[in-house]
Amino acid sequence: MTTVISVPPSLDDQTFEHVVEQLAPVPEGAKILVDARHARWASPFGLTALLCVAQSRTDRMSFAVPEHADTASYWSRAGFFRHAAELYDLHGTVPRQRDAHESDVLLEITPVVKTDDVHGVVGRINQKAAEILHGQLGLDTAITGAFGMTLSESAGNIVEHAGQGGWVAVQTYKYLKRLGRRVVVIAVCDAGIGFRQSLESSPSHRRSDRWDDGMALEDAVLRATSRFRHGDKGRGQGLAGIRRFISRWNGKLTVRSGTARIAISPEWDEDVPMTEGLPFFPGAQVQITIPERIGDATVRAKSAVSARPRSRERQP
Amino acid sequence: MSLLIDVGTVLRGTVCDLYSNLVTRPTGAAVRSAIERQVVEIGTPVVTTIDFSQVNVLDFSCADEIVAKLLLRYADADGPTGYLLFRGINDSHLDPIEIVLERHALALVALHDGFAELFGVVTENERSHWETVRDHGPVQSEVVARMLDVEPESAERQLEQLRHRRLLMRHVNGFAVPGTVPELA
Repeated sequence: MTTVISVPPSLDDQTFEHVVEQLAPVPEGAKILVDARHARWASPFGLTALLCVAQSRTDRMSFAVPEHADTASYWSRAGFFRHAAELYDLHGTVPRQRDAHESDVLLEITPVVKTDDVHGVVGRINQKAAEILHGQLGLDTAITGAFGMTLSESAGNIVEHAGQGGWVAVQTYKYLKRLGRRVVVIAVCDAGIGFRQSLESSPSHRRSDRWDDGMALEDAVLRATSRFRHGDKGRGQGLAGIRRFISRWNGKLTVRSGTARIAISPEWDEDVPMTEGLPFFPGAQVQITIPERIGDATVRAKSAVSARPRSRERQP
Repeated sequence: MSLLIDVGTVLRGTVCDLYSNLVTRPTGAAVRSAIERQVVEIGTPVVTTIDFSQVNVLDFSCADEIVAKLLLRYADADGPTGYLLFRGINDSHLDPIEIVLERHALALVALHDGFAELFGVVTENERSHWETVRDHGPVQSEVVARMLDVEPESAERQLEQLRHRRLLMRHVNGFAVPGTVPELA
């Protein structure tokens, strides 16, 4: 019997949880079909995370391609099918592979396995980033270097910590749901060992009853802890630097790993700072969102901004 | 004797001739090793200037591997005897550099349009003494003491501390910022 995992019509970091909820209870070895026929849109996070879904199991899964031609065409231009064909048995009509000429695809989905890949990613994006970040999103020119640095640190974490390859993609799109303006989004996803196991391999790691994926995320993201920090206090600065970057540019950072998800949110967003007890998904999935700047006005959410929840929320 | 090291050239000569971005920790470690080899080969110059002007993106890992670890080596009692000077540092380089300096409680001297600036972790007292030397050096500690209206012993102690941190050097005419005076003691 084949288990069908339905991909939501709109796939992003939030709705990806529906995919994980369906996938987690399926035993290893079961036949799985990831059904994206009714998908209409996917963020770079959604597309890279779908590739990680295939990598999260030893058995090869099937994948039903979106039926809507525009959707399939866009996924193709974003580079999704090029990599999905190697990981999934694809079913449906896959558009002919073309290069991404879309101006909103800053970086099509790119595998990151080794250090050279990080150089490639940063090198390829730099010129186009300047045009889009400054030209289209109205951000100060100073963001270009910092953007490359953030991309490098986030992609470099795959090489240094994941234990297997992952994916990076960068795209701009209009974020209608919360913001009503354009954003640039970096998605960096892998299905590797995740933050918890990475930190557990440090000689200085001390197990405690409270130690879990949530604590591991807090240690890494909020306290700049690294498994290499032991004997080298220069380590662990990458994520701290990313936090500085998003703070300066009024952006948002989310990191999901294992059964937890942490969000560092600006005032235009109401995400939960820490979500625990999620269905398990291996590796680390990072999303960095930087909004367009319009005049000197502070970016606010479209809806009324309520007090953001600051306490930990444990999901049922 | 002084040595100028173009980090962009070292990067392309050491890691890959196509790279212009100083990113990833292995890259930073390889570039730092190459710089250290050059310093040893030339016989530990008095002032080694590290030039970042040909570097596009600098990430935290490379800032830590190159800037922080070189400074740490020079600060070590068993480290090289000379002084490090930086130039070609732009605003986007400065962000990761300042973070790693803060993490290691380090400071560096950088040249910008020929003007020396001090970055990193220094006390207000250290900064005022250093800026006095920069603006008037080479200068004796007694002169600095007069200018800052402090005791001569206090000024001497502060300037020696800055020399110990390799942020100032001794010159025949007193203290000077490395790389800003032609003759050496």
